[in-house]
Amino acid sequence: MYELFKDLGAWLVSGDQWTGPDGIGHRLVEHLQYSLLATLVAAAIALPVGLLIGHTGRGAFIAINLSSFGRALPTVGLVVLVFLASGLSMWPVYIALVALAVPSIVTNTYAGMTAVDPEVRDAARGQGMRAHQVLFQVELPLALPLIMTGLRLALIQVVATATIAAYVSFGGLGRYVFDGLAQRDLVQVLGGAVLVAAVAVVLDLALAALQRALFRHRPSAQA
Amino acid sequence: MTVDWSWIRDHTDDLTTLTLSHLQAALTAVALGLLISLPLAVVAHRVRPLRGLLLGLSNVLFTIPSIAVFVLLLPVSGLTRTTTVIGLTIYTLVVLLRNTVEGLDSVPAKTKEAAKAMGTRPLRTLLTVELPLALPVIMAGVRIATVMSISLVSVATYIGDGGLGQLFTDGFQRNFPTPVIVGVVLTLLLALVADALLVTLQYVLTPWTRRRRSA
Repeated sequence: MYELFKDLGAWLVSGDQWTGPDGIGHRLVEHLQYSLLATLVAAAIALPVGLLIGHTGRGAFIAINLSSFGRALPTVGLVVLVFLASGLSMWPVYIALVALAVPSIVTNTYAGMTAVDPEVRDAARGQGMRAHQVLFQVELPLALPLIMTGLRLALIQVVATATIAAYVSFGGLGRYVFDGLAQRDLVQVLGGAVLVAAVAVVLDLALAALQRALFRHRPSAQA
Repeated sequence: MTVDWSWIRDHTDDLTTLTLSHLQAALTAVALGLLISLPLAVVAHRVRPLRGLLLGLSNVLFTIPSIAVFVLLLPVSGLTRTTTVIGLTIYTLVVLLRNTVEGLDSVPAKTKEAAKAMGTRPLRTLLTVELPLALPVIMAGVRIATVMSISLVSVATYIGDGGLGQLFTDGFQRNFPTPVIVGVVLTLLLALVADALLVTLQYVLTPWTRRRRSA
């Protein structure tokens, strides 16, 4: 075990390992590109849907069951299926990652919207606010903490799962996991896993910091 | 992309075996996860300084890709079912621990004080007051963990196990969609049925929540 960790340390700090097209630097950029693009697309789809369902109260059944469906969907199967249908392209990976991220964002957005005190909503309407003003100036800001939680959860899942891109011969940090697996090179697998975990943790902390910065202007909710 | 129905007919025995093996891995993991997370959750709930550490640690475990978890266990437990189950158990721990701690937190302080005032000892309070009241939140965690495990078993196909996940590798290698479609559908069905059974179990275990609603 000790030898393994020593080798891992050497692998992570060696200069050659970080440069070139197979280097950690390049793989890291690829991994970030897959993850961020997939999460952005998922957010672009899921946020409006979650807000609409939460605002109108219609389709709540979908919002609640979508999350359980998303968790049940086997990502490997989805990737292989889209791969067999579309041929060699990044489509299978992006479709699988977006499908993975959408449910967490929709359900958390919906949960955030329904957690808004109905009296607050009525008060806003009573002051003569229009539907879109109530949605964007009252409900959305109040729902934002839970929406951010959904985005963070989605991003962590996507970063961990983007590893799968390497399974259908693309790049990203998953390369080390799959190449190491094929070559029975445990140090490389371990290195890839550690890097993916580090990326997920760093991105999660960054979003948490962003969330705190966003709410600094607001006096505490209890006041 | 068409489904080759005759392939399904010819392979019903294999499909049954794979489904049972898939289910066995997922359920064992959830059971082990519960066994480990319950005492840890009680500790996290009662000893505040340990709470952040335990929950933070489980969150970090969650960010490690499942493929890597399975492979990293190879030197410990080899190409066996044990590796699959340990890997899955690690994932269930995150959800189960967080929900059980939240469930215990949700028990009103007054209820616990009442139990104390009646002379109920801490362990008995935990077993007869706190855990039953926390059950709805804990069961929500069990449902998520079960559905997640059932979906994750497939990933173990990379280390030669993976229940229905073997159908994905098979279809991928032979460029033949039918096993992949069948694997996805069976996984979804398993998750759906397991979730429905857990909802029923919760309904039976928490009669007081029904009484309150109908009153």
